[in-house]
Amino acid sequence: MSSVTEASPLTNSLTAGKLPRRSALWVLLASWAVSAAVFAMLYLSGAVDGFNIVGTVVFGTVLYCVAIYVLSRLVEGSRKAKDRLMTALVTAAFVIALLPLISIIYTTVVNGLPAFLTPTFFTSSQRNVVGAGGGVLHAVIGTLFVTGMATLISVPIGLLASIYLVEYGRGRLAKAITFFVDVMTGIPSIVAGLFAFALFALLFDDPGIRFGFGGAIALSVLMIPVVVRSSEEMLKLVPNELREAAFALGVPKWLTILKVVLPTSMAGIVTGVMLSIARVIGETAPLLIIAGFTASMNYDLFSERMMTLPVFVYTQYANQGADSQAFIDRAWAGALTLILIVMLLNGLARLIAYWFSPKLGR
Amino acid sequence: MSKRIEVNDLNVYYTNFLAVEGVSIVIEPRTVTAFIGPSGCGKSTFIRTLNRMHEVIPGARVEGEVLIDGNNLYGPGVDPVLVRRQVGMVFQRPNPFPTMSIQDNVLAGVKLNNRRMSKTDADDLTEKALRGANLWNEVKDRLARPGSGLSGGQQQRLCIARAIAVEPDVILMDEPCSALDPISTLAIEDLIEEMKQEYTIVIVTHNMQQASRVSDRTAFFNIAGTGKPGKLIEYDDTTTIFSNPSVQATEDYVSGRFG
Repeated sequence: MSSVTEASPLTNSLTAGKLPRRSALWVLLASWAVSAAVFAMLYLSGAVDGFNIVGTVVFGTVLYCVAIYVLSRLVEGSRKAKDRLMTALVTAAFVIALLPLISIIYTTVVNGLPAFLTPTFFTSSQRNVVGAGGGVLHAVIGTLFVTGMATLISVPIGLLASIYLVEYGRGRLAKAITFFVDVMTGIPSIVAGLFAFALFALLFDDPGIRFGFGGAIALSVLMIPVVVRSSEEMLKLVPNELREAAFALGVPKWLTILKVVLPTSMAGIVTGVMLSIARVIGETAPLLIIAGFTASMNYDLFSERMMTLPVFVYTQYANQGADSQAFIDRAWAGALTLILIVMLLNGLARLIAYWFSPKLGR
Repeated sequence: MSKRIEVNDLNVYYTNFLAVEGVSIVIEPRTVTAFIGPSGCGKSTFIRTLNRMHEVIPGARVEGEVLIDGNNLYGPGVDPVLVRRQVGMVFQRPNPFPTMSIQDNVLAGVKLNNRRMSKTDADDLTEKALRGANLWNEVKDRLARPGSGLSGGQQQRLCIARAIAVEPDVILMDEPCSALDPISTLAIEDLIEEMKQEYTIVIVTHNMQQASRVSDRTAFFNIAGTGKPGKLIEYDDTTTIFSNPSVQATEDYVSGRFG
């Protein structure tokens, strides 16, 4: 070995102090352990009743923020320390934002599962049921019919309106449409219900009118602005170069929209439609007014009252019978069914978006 | 196939802003004409008026006339869609349709217009257009793959194939090589040289060497300053423009003294 290599090792001026890998994890666990020890001591000494888990986690996390900042500042310097502190705070904010969601799903599953798993739940209605038992089939059918009809009405109107706004609309009319769509987005759902009720009560001269189609109209009043807004954003995302390329090939404008613009933005439009369905499928107030509630099956949108899932949940809770626990169980199970339908729709939207999205073939 | 373009005293406006003023030019069939000039002098605006593509921009309008074999593009009752079927265009950035395969991109002009075509005719047209654009050998094994998977130079040649598949009389190219590497640029210049046999070609370019290599005639556009309209300064044989221009501004520009 030459004397050069035996001399002091070369120092790299770019190196800086660094905490060992996974040190953040260990510090977090240690903080929780310390916090747990403190709360355990409080418990054992008899100062408080029971071991406080929430306190342990909250106090331990605060302790972690302080500990990682001090430790990192000593070893890695102030820039890295700020980075680690911010990472801890951002992650904590994320977890806090997630807590209510997890709590809702957990509560609904735990409370809803008993009635959800009864054999008749998806095969029968509530007709002639006074105590436990019966099912939710009439409400599932009603929700699917009413929301499906609302979608059938809203998607063509909303999509065509957004095509007008993006491709043709100039001047006052387009501005007025945009303004009223924005206003419609903010309409309280009960107003939509009252609108549909007033409309049909006057049309058919029947002050007690209740039917599923009216519910679909009320829901489409809520749905159209969402469809217009989301489709408009998606159509705007289509690069102008594609439209120009089609025009330069001598393609008329309407064919360019139909065969170039729409296919290119189809994935986003479908996702927007699915989200708008998820937005209205849980509406209770307008359906309570115009679709009413019933315990029986009804496959006809155009006559008689029609039950829907949100209204089912509401009536089960509001009008409990003698065996009140059975009604509350059914209410939770109905809520669980609704959540599952929305989840299913969202999953479907992702699949459709994946199928339609332009592929990069390399 | 190719046609003569005659422009008489054309003014182009964006709403009330005069962008190009008083252009008169005659472009002979089966030639390559290059438009050169500094950025913002109205070359692209002017070339877009040759197939009424400027109308896509809200507020754009023209005064004057553009005659293609004697037919005024701006006469009453002229359908811009029919104009664009005769005057094709290739853009600055390659823009294949992302939802379509390579073959569908080539046939876009047919398919988007809802015209029916037998499978063999479609295959023949695809091969002819792709051979014309010098791309056939590179993509013949993957015609069903998406067009967006090709390299930038291949995408631009795909766009040229798409433009010639509708068999126009004139092809306009708005800086077709500005986003490409020198090798792809060379491929496209060779292609322009070949296409000259059949089409009238107008090309906008910022590359002086390219203008001198590919074009027969060159038009130099300039503006007096920001906010002023662009004007056609000089239009002559390419060799004259680059060796012995008659206007001082042209000489300054082609020799690199400004712009």
